[in-house]
Amino acid sequence: MIGDDVALPVLLGFGHDGWALALIAGAGLTMALSLTAMAIGTVLGALLTVAQMSRRGWLAALAQGYGLVLRGVPELLVVLLLYFGTPGLLAAIAALAGLPAPGSPPAFLTGSVAIGLVSAAYQAEVFRGGLLAVPRGQVEAAIAAGMGPFTRFRRVIAPQVLHHVLPPLGNIWQFNLKDSALVAITGLAELMRVSLVAAGSTRRPFAFFAAAMVLYLVLTSASSAVFRFAEARAGRWAGGR
Amino acid sequence: MMGESGTGESGFLADTALAIVAAVPVTLALFVACAVGASLLAGVLVAAQQGRVGGLVARAWIFVFRGTPLLLQIFMVYYGLAALGPVRHGPLWPAFRDPLFCAFLAMTCCCSAYIAEVLRAALAAIPPGQIEAARACGMARWTLGRRIVVPQMVRLALPAYGNELVMMLKSTSLASSVTVLDVTGVAQQVIAHSYRTVEVFCLAAAVYLGLTAALTWLLRRIERRLDPAGGR
Repeated sequence: MIGDDVALPVLLGFGHDGWALALIAGAGLTMALSLTAMAIGTVLGALLTVAQMSRRGWLAALAQGYGLVLRGVPELLVVLLLYFGTPGLLAAIAALAGLPAPGSPPAFLTGSVAIGLVSAAYQAEVFRGGLLAVPRGQVEAAIAAGMGPFTRFRRVIAPQVLHHVLPPLGNIWQFNLKDSALVAITGLAELMRVSLVAAGSTRRPFAFFAAAMVLYLVLTSASSAVFRFAEARAGRWAGGR
Repeated sequence: MMGESGTGESGFLADTALAIVAAVPVTLALFVACAVGASLLAGVLVAAQQGRVGGLVARAWIFVFRGTPLLLQIFMVYYGLAALGPVRHGPLWPAFRDPLFCAFLAMTCCCSAYIAEVLRAALAAIPPGQIEAARACGMARWTLGRRIVVPQMVRLALPAYGNELVMMLKSTSLASSVTVLDVTGVAQQVIAHSYRTVEVFCLAAAVYLGLTAALTWLLRRIERRLDPAGGR
């Protein structure tokens, strides 16, 4: 092997020559990136669901088209397109307003928006399925009982939709978490990027990619435990079925 | 290599489109090889899950490959394994030196884990009474598998299996990260020469969109074909 001058436990440790802190910080950034992407996806996904169910034909078609395109194109291309495309787009917008080009937006923002845009397309499908699972009669009964739209959503729709959407949302979250590794190409120091830099500068790719795999496994299994807990809770709200 | 022959805007776009379409066979070959490899491997994983030791190994395999990003797995195979002495000086080095093979290997392992979960769910959905009935009729293991289990598993698993195939087709774009010249790889190469990022990536995206649409259409046809009710 090449670069045997520093022992492996030292390289993977917390000391001066160790990468442990950088890797853990990378895992933290991966988590923050995925959470932001998931939140963007939830908001945009909910809007897309509303648009899909709209009586205005063009709006429904637009939302459907969005879903088809974003689910049919590789996530990598979406990340690349946003990373390389936004500076030019921003410059064009700024030129219209007569301002100087603002330069590139922060990599964290571009990355989380890219993953969030894809996430939204999948989440919209999940929300639509969840809404369809609430029988119409219940909504009518709630209206007849004199519930306002907010109370109706909080007491009748949300508990049942939540029960239906949590398992597939957990799946989407796992995909978000893994897709966040693609943001490494933008140079953002999340887990994948840190492991690449460490592998390159120590010439120990196997050890550092293995370490990154372990950290990703910690993130994915910890979050699936959280989702299992939430699903049990939501099951109780939905009448303990 | 690109953009010299064309003249002006439309010439550049036409040249780029041609170069990208010329890379479609690489993407498709990688996809088909992975689809076949991953499906076979998933079958082995499901069979292994029936035993105790095999079940443990299969569960660990699925846990690791579903819990880590494919990009990391590809880098692990291409850069990580290559740094190990036994791989570097072993008889398989010519294969591990090839980025296309490494992408194929990583993708096959990764997708096998996802497909195994799909197959396992389909297997669990077959009513146990049917298997008991077949046994009571005196069917041998092999006949039981061929006549009762597999035909139903195929039908039950097809929608989810189709989703995995679409995901797999999109994932082939990650092979470009280890210098494979697939659709994404060629697009990046053209950009390195021309700096025309948005147009080129949009062309590549259109190609993927066409491929996934065709695959979805094909899968839906097969699904309708296999539906005993003859389509709804």
